[in-house]
Amino acid sequence: MDAHAVLNLKRIATNIRKGVITAVASAGSGHPGGSLSIADIMAYLFFEKMNIDPKNPKNPDRDRFVMSKGHCSPALYSTLAHRGFFPVEDLSGFRQVSSYLEGHPNMNTVPGVDMSTGSLGQGFSAAVGMAMAGKLDKKDYRVYVMLGDGELEEGEVWEAAMCAAHYKLDNLTAFVDYNGLQIDGKITEVMNPEPIGDKFKAFGWEVISIDAHDFNQIEEAVKHAESFKGKPTVIVARSVKGKGVSYMENQAGWHGSAPKKDQAQQALDELDAFLASLE
Amino acid sequence: MAEKIATRVAYGKALAEIGSDENIVVLDSDLSKSTRTDFFKNEYPDRHLNIGIAESNMMAVAAGLASCGKTVFASTFAIFAAGRAFDQIRNSICYPNLNVKIGATHAGISVGEDGASHQAIEDLALMRSIPNMTVISPADGISTAALVKQAAKINGPVYLRLGRLDVPVVYPEDATFEIGKGVTVKQGNDITIIATGLMLDMALTAAKTLDEQGVSARVIDIHTIKPIDVDLIVAAARETGAILTCEEHNIHGGLGSAVAEVVVSNHPVPMDMVGIEDQFGKSGKPADLLPMYGLTAENIVEKAKGLLAKKRG
Repeated sequence: MDAHAVLNLKRIATNIRKGVITAVASAGSGHPGGSLSIADIMAYLFFEKMNIDPKNPKNPDRDRFVMSKGHCSPALYSTLAHRGFFPVEDLSGFRQVSSYLEGHPNMNTVPGVDMSTGSLGQGFSAAVGMAMAGKLDKKDYRVYVMLGDGELEEGEVWEAAMCAAHYKLDNLTAFVDYNGLQIDGKITEVMNPEPIGDKFKAFGWEVISIDAHDFNQIEEAVKHAESFKGKPTVIVARSVKGKGVSYMENQAGWHGSAPKKDQAQQALDELDAFLASLE
Repeated sequence: MAEKIATRVAYGKALAEIGSDENIVVLDSDLSKSTRTDFFKNEYPDRHLNIGIAESNMMAVAAGLASCGKTVFASTFAIFAAGRAFDQIRNSICYPNLNVKIGATHAGISVGEDGASHQAIEDLALMRSIPNMTVISPADGISTAALVKQAAKINGPVYLRLGRLDVPVVYPEDATFEIGKGVTVKQGNDITIIATGLMLDMALTAAKTLDEQGVSARVIDIHTIKPIDVDLIVAAARETGAILTCEEHNIHGGLGSAVAEVVVSNHPVPMDMVGIEDQFGKSGKPADLLPMYGLTAENIVEKAKGLLAKKRG
């Protein structure tokens, strides 16, 4: 990826992060940490990679995306808004009773959301179903799904993984947001799901490990997944929970807490400063 | 059709009959020979997908397929469908209102020898408590075939409660059915017996005995537990003054409760319930279990007479 393209994606990702902060701060609740950690991957997928059209969100031939870690709806909403599926201003209605932007994604009310999620593991299974439909219909669309590393503790994830490999769903690409933290602390201390890559490999998946914040690595991994035949691919993306906001980075506490007004302002100022530094 | 056929068999055959619709996809969890989705598999092997012993995954996979335009039938035993995969049915199928029909076989204690772990006595209670879910419990092979075909035509979640046991055919071949509409199978004025599933045939036998004893019993088949036929039930309450419900299900939360909800809020009359009295099943021949748990025509007659005494008292 040329430097210009990387710069562009960094700008987009930073704007996505700003939207995350705005949404969660307006709501007074929500999940900023795991939304910030995936912003770069979201920028790449929605602005560079996926065959999607905000004017035609239900196109049957479109690429699909499932936020299996549904609590990171702020990341999904901010990405969709910036991509043109609905107004960016609507992000400040997040989680409020009059808004269509609910705490966890609702496919029936939010343009661009391909599956309602929230109960961990189920989005992954649904993504497997979408990939199966694609194979049945001999269509070219690709299915992307984002999982959390804590989410890997859910048994259903492994049912879905087994199923995807069994049905050779090479049109399915999964990401694991490997930020190492969950609500009660480090994943290794709560209920250790490691070694992550090895587990997927044993389940018959192609495994790629990357830095979740390196656009060249993201692109290379996604392209590799696209051309790899016979197996689904998982991209295990080492990330920083809370990436982009200094006081949130690597903190389990910012999994599901909203910044207060002054904290939110500090976060936005940091992100704006980063944007300025890109010029 | 034979004189006796299991509703699971009628289900499988109906799937095979409608299976030429390329949008239909059938999922199973290693039970196709038991759920009889194998009838569909034999005709349309490319659209019969085994998900293996992973019922939770199966239900959410079904949701994913449905989101891509498929009409999905997902089958396993009722206890695993309604029980184990409840969260997936609720969150991935019903909440987004996706087009998945759950063909839940082996419901009730008539499962027999497998025993309590496999005998779903709570599934109607569970499934009817989820918004957007249509709950169907057909009584015989004829109504099963008709209702499965209708379920395939509606766009949304449906729970189909089917049984293992061969049960008598109650309806003529040309009988018609409508989801949401109960069927008055026998007219009567003194008392109404509302039954579902395999209890319908027993209710009709009981009604015959009551006739001989001078009691005119109306018998209604409620094949759609949800949305329930409120008008038919209220009319029965008004016209007969007493209602006895019969189900192969816990007396808590199933047909009896659903009917009571309607009766109490519209036209309260004395009610009683024939069903499993809040106990787990056990291993045995269905023919031994059904009487052990009070699921007999004789018990229906007894309870009907008791209810009549209340009505007159």
